Amino acid sequence: MGEFSKPFDAIVVGAGPSGNAAAYVMAKEGLNVLQIERGEYAGSKNVQGAILYADALEKIIPNFREEAPLERHVIEQRMWMMDEKSHSGMHYRSDDFNEEKPNRYTILRAQFDKWFSSKVKEAGALVLYETTVTELVKDLSGKVIGVRTDRQGAPIMANVVVLAEGVNGLVGQRSGLRNEVSPDSVALAVKEMHFLPRETVEARFNLSGNEGVVIEAMGTITRGMTGTGFLYTNEESISVGIGCIVSDFAESNIGPNELLEAFKNHPSIKPLLAGSECKEYAAHLIPEGGYKAIPQLTGAGWIVVGDAGQFVNAVHREGSNLAMTTGRIAAETVVSLTRKREDMTAANLAEYEKRLGQSFVMKDLKKYKGIPDLLHKNKGNFFGTYPKLISQAMQTWFRVDGIDKISKEKAIFRNFRETRTVWGMMGDAFRLVRAWR
Amino acid sequence: MSDVIAAPRAKVEEKLFQNRYLVDAGRPHIRVRPHTTPSASLLAMTTLCPAGCYTQNESGQVEVAADGCLECGTCRIVTRNTGEVEWNYPRGGFGVLYKFG
Repeated sequence: MGEFSKPFDAIVVGAGPSGNAAAYVMAKEGLNVLQIERGEYAGSKNVQGAILYADALEKIIPNFREEAPLERHVIEQRMWMMDEKSHSGMHYRSDDFNEEKPNRYTILRAQFDKWFSSKVKEAGALVLYETTVTELVKDLSGKVIGVRTDRQGAPIMANVVVLAEGVNGLVGQRSGLRNEVSPDSVALAVKEMHFLPRETVEARFNLSGNEGVVIEAMGTITRGMTGTGFLYTNEESISVGIGCIVSDFAESNIGPNELLEAFKNHPSIKPLLAGSECKEYAAHLIPEGGYKAIPQLTGAGWIVVGDAGQFVNAVHREGSNLAMTTGRIAAETVVSLTRKREDMTAANLAEYEKRLGQSFVMKDLKKYKGIPDLLHKNKGNFFGTYPKLISQAMQTWFRVDGIDKISKEKAIFRNFRETRTVWGMMGDAFRLVRAWR
Repeated sequence: MSDVIAAPRAKVEEKLFQNRYLVDAGRPHIRVRPHTTPSASLLAMTTLCPAGCYTQNESGQVEVAADGCLECGTCRIVTRNTGEVEWNYPRGGFGVLYKFG
């Protein structure tokens, strides 16, 4: 087809949060942008919990709250440590989160991404749906100069290709720009959408209006594998899911669906879902390798953003905000080079990495660079031993049964000492503090 | 808990009925390369695949039926060193179509 005879300023591969952020910012600044998405619509291939952190989107579309499909703003965070029959929790709820411009929202990605994509088109980008990018086109020097798709016969040319193809991004890997993702640096998460009348959601979680609650859970629910469970309240549904590192799953012979069923049937979770109707079952990979797993991010004619670059802060369960921020910063870099009529060489695009280094994205990932390894190497303790010990301690402490409190305290300490030894616990504490700093 | 563990397979199939798919008939996007004995990684997919697409046949080979695939890519990554799985995205527009994501 001859319709794309003139090269675009930029081609964006993928229409998730990072690709939409990149395409939007570049189009808004007047660049000639083509975005290519393999799904029927933006969002149709995308899965997330999902929590939207307002700040990252606000920097791109300041008035998004007036138009974006948002579910509930989060006023309460519950962190649960679970064993087979119990959860011990830390909850934080504050009326301060009922503010004019709330900080976090639950969203449904299929709907949110579709909206974000409509903004990209409004900003002037050309968006092709139902089109899969099959490979990158390079010139003789190895510089990326365009893409091939499964629809157009001829390659489509551009000055730069922004790879926003997600965690399972084949294009960059097959073109040799980055290595195949390692099974120990990604988690497989499965999730279900459970529908309930909104009054039921509100009564069950002590909410009014558009207030929402999120629960993040860890413990024996992942049966010694590195992973977490979650439950988020939407307007009239609940997202419930669980995920573990892929290599742990592969060794365990436990299926993800089996784990999700057990989580849903946990006595602390089951009543929250009672009477609901499940309308979708989804699975997705999550980059969990952190700083050490970040691949090469730029080269001649190409730049990587979002999950394709492993931009997820696993400790804080942040991803879409890192995706949008990396998409925005990549776009700003491309815009500034285009304005200066500079070529998209590896050296010039490296400016993106410099700018990322000054942002919260790299600072946070660097801060936690030791955590993924630590949790993975000590998974038996962090996802088995400790959750059980904590539950037993809580139960000993709260059960009133005629035993004096000094004996109870001794029993609790003895249990910790015998199960994990003093040296073991001190070592874990030391390693955790060191990795956290 | 044991009743939950006993019946995951049937439940996965029921769950997949909730989802929307546009199946590209006759053009599966995942293929298992011909083999006599599957590697441990490929065999693990019979449990690990969240959509239950992988099964072991009576003569011991692992087969894939990708119609219910959720396109997570786990099988591609798990078998990356053995090369037993040939994985491509479905053609544009085909495959799973998440309503909520």
